[in-house]
Formats: sequence, C-alpha cells, structure tokens
Amino acid sequence: MKTFWTARIHGVRSLAALAAAGLLVHAASAGEITGAGSTFVYPLLSQWSADYSTANGTKINYQSIGSGGGIAQIKAATVDFGATDKPLSSDELAQSGLAQFPVVIGGVVPVVNVEGVAAGQLRLDGTTLARIYLGQITKWSDPAIAALNPGLKLGDADISVVHRSDGSGTTFNFVNYLSKVSPDWKSKVGEGTSVAWPVGVGGKGNEGVAAYVKQINNSIGYVELAYALKTGMSYTVLKNHSGNMITPGLESFEAAAASADWGSAKDFSLVITDAPGAQAWPITASVFVLVYRQPKDAARSKTAMEFFRWALEKGQPQAKALNYVALPPSLVKSIEKYWAAEIK
Amino acid sequence: MTLAARGPRYRRRRATDLIAKVLGVAATLFGLFFLAWILLVSLRNGVHALNLQTFLQATPSPGGQGGLANALFGSLVMSAIGVAIGAPLGVAAGTYLSEFAERQPALRETVRFVNDILLSAPSIVLGLFIYTLAVRTVGHFSGWAGGIALALIVLPVVVRTTDETLRLVPNVMREAALSLGIPRWKVTIQVLYRAAAPGILTGILLGLARISGETAPLLFTALNNQYWAENLNGPTASVPVVIFQFAMSPYDTWHDLAWAGAFIVTVFVLLLSVGTRAYLLRNRMDSAG
Amino acid sequence: MSTPSAAAIGPLVDDARVAARVAVEARQDAAFRVVLLAAAAFVLLVLGAAAASMLWGGRDAFATFGWKFLVSDQWDAVGHQFGAFVPIYGTLVSSAIAMVIAIPVSFGIALFLTEIAPTWMRGPVGAAIELLAGIPSIIYGMWGLFSFVPFMAEYVLPWVNRNIGQVPWIGPLFRGPPLGIGMLTAGIVLGIMVIPFISSVMRDVFRTVPVSLRESSYALGSTTWEVVWNVVLPYTRSAVVGGIFLGLGRALGETMAVTFVLGNAHQLSTSLLMPGNSIAATIANEFTEADSDIYLSSLIALGFLLFVVTFVVLAIARLMLHSLARKEGR
Repeated sequence: MKTFWTARIHGVRSLAALAAAGLLVHAASAGEITGAGSTFVYPLLSQWSADYSTANGTKINYQSIGSGGGIAQIKAATVDFGATDKPLSSDELAQSGLAQFPVVIGGVVPVVNVEGVAAGQLRLDGTTLARIYLGQITKWSDPAIAALNPGLKLGDADISVVHRSDGSGTTFNFVNYLSKVSPDWKSKVGEGTSVAWPVGVGGKGNEGVAAYVKQINNSIGYVELAYALKTGMSYTVLKNHSGNMITPGLESFEAAAASADWGSAKDFSLVITDAPGAQAWPITASVFVLVYRQPKDAARSKTAMEFFRWALEKGQPQAKALNYVALPPSLVKSIEKYWAAEIK
Repeated sequence: MTLAARGPRYRRRRATDLIAKVLGVAATLFGLFFLAWILLVSLRNGVHALNLQTFLQATPSPGGQGGLANALFGSLVMSAIGVAIGAPLGVAAGTYLSEFAERQPALRETVRFVNDILLSAPSIVLGLFIYTLAVRTVGHFSGWAGGIALALIVLPVVVRTTDETLRLVPNVMREAALSLGIPRWKVTIQVLYRAAAPGILTGILLGLARISGETAPLLFTALNNQYWAENLNGPTASVPVVIFQFAMSPYDTWHDLAWAGAFIVTVFVLLLSVGTRAYLLRNRMDSAG
Repeated sequence: MSTPSAAAIGPLVDDARVAARVAVEARQDAAFRVVLLAAAAFVLLVLGAAAASMLWGGRDAFATFGWKFLVSDQWDAVGHQFGAFVPIYGTLVSSAIAMVIAIPVSFGIALFLTEIAPTWMRGPVGAAIELLAGIPSIIYGMWGLFSFVPFMAEYVLPWVNRNIGQVPWIGPLFRGPPLGIGMLTAGIVLGIMVIPFISSVMRDVFRTVPVSLRESSYALGSTTWEVVWNVVLPYTRSAVVGGIFLGLGRALGETMAVTFVLGNAHQLSTSLLMPGNSIAATIANEFTEADSDIYLSSLIALGFLLFVVTFVVLAIARLMLHSLARKEGR
C-alpha cells in the first residue's frame, strides 16, 4: 500500500517539475515570428516561409484564420503581423498605430457549370454578373447573356448561384467589383467580407464553392485563380473597364496591378478591382500586411521586416509557381521607402 | 408444442422478436456501412501520404515535401493535457453527483442540468471563451490554452457518463463494502470505480475521440504552427487544424496529407479504445456474458 | 450513510485505537467529499463563466435589436441588420432530424451488440461503431460534401421529391430541387456522427443489468425483444436518456460537418431539401471575418442563444421524463 502511493507521488512530482520547466521557458524567442490572417495568401506565405527558413534559419509561422481574424489579432498584439485582403483606411491605421503595405496580387475568377461551355468560352460583363447575383437574371437564355455570347448555345435552364458562406477577402474583392460596376448592387447589397446575398447557396471556402459549382448543373460561382485552374473548371471571360474581353491569368493580373494608382493611396489603402489598364483583369485583388509602427518588441519586428524585404525582392519565383502575381519593382521601391519612414 | 399449436398471440410475439432482431442487424449494418464508406474515402484520398515521411517530417509548404509529425505530436500533447485536466475533474464531479449529493438535491440537479448544457456548447464558443481567458491575457497563442480548451470539451462528457455509470452499480456492492467498515472514500475508489470502470472508461474515450477531431477550439487558442513548436508556450500544430487548412486547398501534397491525417487520427482512436478496453478487461468476465 | 463518529461507537468497542481510526476515516471522508464538491462546483463555474462571457460579448446586439433579434430573419453584414431566427431554426431542425435517425439506429446497434451477436463478434463490431466517434468532424464534412452530397443529389433526393413530396400534409417538407446540400442531408450526416455516442452508452448500460433480472424474465417465457423492451430498457432508462443527451449535445453544437453540407443560406423554407443555416455554422463561417463591432456582437449573441436553446430543449425533455417517472410511481 505504501509503495503504491509512493510510486504515484513520485510520478506526480516529476510531472509537476516538467510542467513547471515548460512554463518557465520564455515564450517563443526571437527565432520564431507569428503571423495570422488572410486565407487568400496562406499558400504563398507558407512557401516563402519554408524557403526563408532554409535560407537563414528564421521561422515565420503564418496561419490562415481569415482577414478579420488577422486584423483582430494584430490589434490585440497576439501576433507579430497580420494579413488582410481588405485594406484598412488611413484613419483606422492611425488609430491602432499600424502600418500597412501590399505583399502580393491575386485574382478572383467566375466559374460556371453549363453543358457545352468550355473554359474561357463564356463572356460576361460586370453589369450582367451583378444582375445574375442580384437574382434579376434567372435563366441562362436571358437576352443579356445571349448578347455577349452570340453563337454560344446556353440552353434555357435556371441559373443556380453559388457564393461563399464564410466571410472572406475573396468575397470582398468580388462584391467590391460588383459595387463599382453596378449602382444597383451597391445600393441593394453593398460590399464587405460577408454580405446578404439575395440569392444562391453558400459554399465553405474556395473548395466549397468549387464543389458546389461542379455538383450543381447550370450553376455559377467565383473562386481564386488557383482553384479554377487546378480543378479544370470553366472560367469565364470578363469585359474590363476599358471595354476589352479579358481572359483571367497571371498576365491580366499583372496588367491590373501595374495600372493601379498606388501613388495616390495613403498607406497603400487601395482596392484594385476594376483597374483601368487595357489588358487588366477586372477582379484583381491585393493582400496587405499589417505591422505596428512602433512595435513593443523591436527585435521581433526587425526580424519580420527582414522577411518581408526578402519576400518582396526575391520571392517572385514562388509567387509565380503558385499562381500569384509578385509586386512590380516600382511598387516594391515605394513600399521600402514607406518602411523607412513609418516603421521604427 | 409446435409453434402453430401455441396460439396466435405467441406467434405474434415471436414475429415481433424476429423483426426486432432483423432491425437490430440492419441498424448495425447501417452504421458499419457509413464507417466503411468514410474510411475508404479517406484512405483513397490520402493513401499517397501514408508513408514514413508523414510521421517524421513537419508540415510542408505547397511546393515542398513533408509530413504531419509536428501536428501529430502537438495533437497528442494537447489531447493529453485535455484529458489530464478534464477526465479527473469529470470523474470527481460525476462521483459527487452520484454518490455524495443525497442531501443536496437542488445542487445535484442543477449541476446535472448545467453539465448537459455545457455538453451542447459548440466547441467554437468554448474556444473563444478560452481565447479571452488564456490568450488575450498573456498576449500570445499557446499549446496550453489549446489543451485547456480541449479539457472543457472532455469535462461534460466524462461527468455525464461517470454519473450514469456509477448510478447503475447495484446498491448491494455499496452496502456490502460499507458493512465491512470501509470508509466511504475507499468504497468509492476501490469498489465502485472498479465496478464502473468500463463505463467510465467509455466516457473518457468518447471525450478523447471527440477532441481528436475538433478544429474550432484549437484555432483560437493554439493557432497552428508550420514548424515544430519550441515549447507549449507558443502556437502549436495540431492535426485537425492542419486538415482544415490543407483539405480546402488546391494543392496535391496538402490534400493528400489532410486525408491521410484524418485516417491516422481515426485509426489512432480505434487502437487506443481497443487497447485500453483489452487491458482493463483482461482479467474480468463480462457480467452480461 | 456517514461513518459513525468515535463517540457513537465508543461504548460498543473498548479499544481506543479503533475509535481513533474511525475518527481519521471520518476526516478522510469529509476531505474526499470536499474535493468532489469542488469539482462539481467547477462545472457550474465553467458554464456560468462561458455563458456570462457570451452574454457580455453579445450585449450590443441585444441592446440594439432587442426582442426582434430572436424573430428576425435578416442577416445583412453590410447593412448591419442581424436576426437569429434562421440559424436557430436550422439548428433545431437539423438536430431533430439527426435524433430521429440516431436514436432508433443506436438502439438497434445496442440490441445487436448485447443480445443478438455471437460473443466473438461483439468486441470488434462494438469497436468499429465507436470508430465513428473518432473520425474528425471536418472529415464528416468533407466526405459529406464530396461523396454523400452527390449521392443524395443523384439517387435519393429526386426519389424523395417525386414520391414523398407528393404526399399530402408532409409533402411540402420533402419537395424541392435536388441540390444535394440542405437540411435533410445535414440532418443525416449529423445523425451518423451522433450514433456512436448514443450506442456506446446504451451498450454499456445494457450490460450492467443484473443477470438475475434478465434470467427471471426469460424464465417466464419472454422473447429476447420483450426482455430488452420491458426489463432492460426501463432499468437503464435514465442512463439511456443520458446517452441521448450526449448525442443531442453533439448535434446541437456541431460546426464543421454541418457547415459543409447545410448550404449556408440565410433563408427560411419549409422544404427540408433546401439549404439553411445553423448557429454553430454561422459563427464558424463568419467570426474570423466579422469586420464591425455589431457584427461581432451579433455572432457572440448567437453563441449565447445556443446556450438558451439547449437550456429550453433539455428543460422540456427533463419535464417529460419527470412526468413519465411520476406516472410510474417513482
């Protein structure tokens, strides 16, 4: 009986000692930086982080909990940087003592599941897209769609609309575009990471939307380019601000990024949908990183900024491999000037 | 007497019995059918990633090679913390409700009721609660917070099953032990727990099974980690969160790992459950044959 | 029954050592009791704190919308108008469908495992059923979305729509386009998830019925079914209900699986074939992206409301059980 208890007390003591030791070890040393936010940019940051870690040993741990989550966590200072698809306004940034800069460009692509329509065949424009999502255009045989697609047999079925169920930057950029091209959409629904969709079902994540579109005949949805390409879905061609019919892809995303007016936006607070460039893809999106201007832990902030410098200057191959568009060199220069001025 | 000679009422009873048995078999087949379907789908999708590398390397980037080792380890540790906190507390509370609360019926029924509500709390709500308590306060995510959140999910399950199982232990056992002059605490620990062990164990295993697959509570407490966490004081990788992030991506490496992770977790829970049952019952005879 | 004090048994026994021993044991018992009481109080504390923190976070939403929050079916993040009716409805309906499926199936499985199956089969099959509990909920969601939904959309739902959808009275519940996703599919997936919780508990408690009780019933000529229905089930009723509550709890709070197959549409419809939304799915989908304080507050208020919904459902269930027990003279 005595040995029964002695053994257990001994065990409990060692366990307690171990636990205490674990607790006393200082929370994540400057060797590991934590970031959180946008799901849109997660694959790229993960790849950059892996390559950077191989290059110089510093670990950047980025987790995708959503743009809103990223903003909330950096404001609460539980992470070293946040990432968001929706830029904060200069006022908001000043209020929280944050600095903001873009890191990469991506694009949102409408996809359809209509019998006989291959990738890149269906042509739409902003107004028609908005009317479909408003529930005003309900059949594929609608004259508005037919006018843009002479010669394409679309049938007479009802359109099944698919959107995102979760709040997301992808949604934000999509509805931001719709708001810009359709006053009707802007007044009836508006823009945000999550909106009151007039019609349709919500899929969880890009994968959810892709699955629903594949599953439901005569449906339309919107996903990031990587998903559209990867799953071989029928993406549509869109008419852009200049009136040209543009195929989604890295070239048209780059054209959009280049033609956007970064210079006029304080703290880079610019949404580049409906970009003016001749070959620009209309639903292009940037991802922004948020850091503190005067961080509490200067060493960690410095480590994080070194990582971003590396990523912006040398990270183009990884971006391209994952279907993102790296920032043009001129933009990178302005960003580095901004860092020097704003971040201590 | 032949069946025909027994009378219509008897035949009807026999028919009911037969129908019940057939339905019982059908129900079991129903459950097993879906189990097989889900396991096969997981296996088929994740088979490419079921290799040694998955168990040895940390999670990769989309273009790289890797495995689930850091997530498996993180899950193991955080689940262990969750059970280490939740199970003893649960057994203690369940014991109180069943054995020591005869003179406090109001308290007893309130705790039972409150426990049932806690049982139904969505795990995301509990995760947010622990976020406020253990992440905002210290300023960073941690594996400890993750373990505590998991403990809150295990706790009500264990309380319920311990309470019910102890109540089913026949009173003769209590009375016999007490009549020997054994103090109540010894009766509880050495007699009642032994008798109720299979049921209590089921409760703990059910709790463990549940937390093995929970994503939401860990998302706001332990976050996740692409690398091996240096210690539990920072973001810690876990399998459900990794599955959550990888499964919804368009990259093959990640996809395979997500499904493989699901398969591994399920098999792990199975082995644990079978193993502990076998160990506990190796010297006992089943009371119901 | 408490351990008698030293004074009470003093006159019966001469040996002072025994009296001292009894005093020690009485103290040990008291200490043990305190520890257990603390654990039970902790359970109360945890729920109280969690509910309070949800209520506190949701106070803005309740203050802004008042009672309308409960009955409004609006959910507009841009216009800042929120109402909880659609998620509450979805949670209740999907859980109800889940229980309708899970309870009989679990009972059937427990019956099989305790009475019908040969002894060698009981362990493995029991373990296999419990395996259903070990599958991560997100896998239920993904399997649901990629395997089960297409199956439902192609084979089951069109049949349901054509046949059951035309029946008077309950027809409108089963009529609709075979999207695959929707309340019915979500309810079925939830039901499957919940089966192992209920069936394991049922099986374990069925086995605790004293052999003498069952044997005496058999001796009177009962069939197996009659023994289970008339002897085993009443004896274990409380624990069986406990198992059902375990399953119900899981169904009400399940997030990941539901969110993949429910369709996440903030709209009400009579048909079970149409998509809907649930409280847990709404919170999970939208929490991390909530970009305004009222939005965040509404989501947390939803979390609090789930506590309330659970409270109401469990209270009703307990009242029903209570009246049943009273009818039996307990």
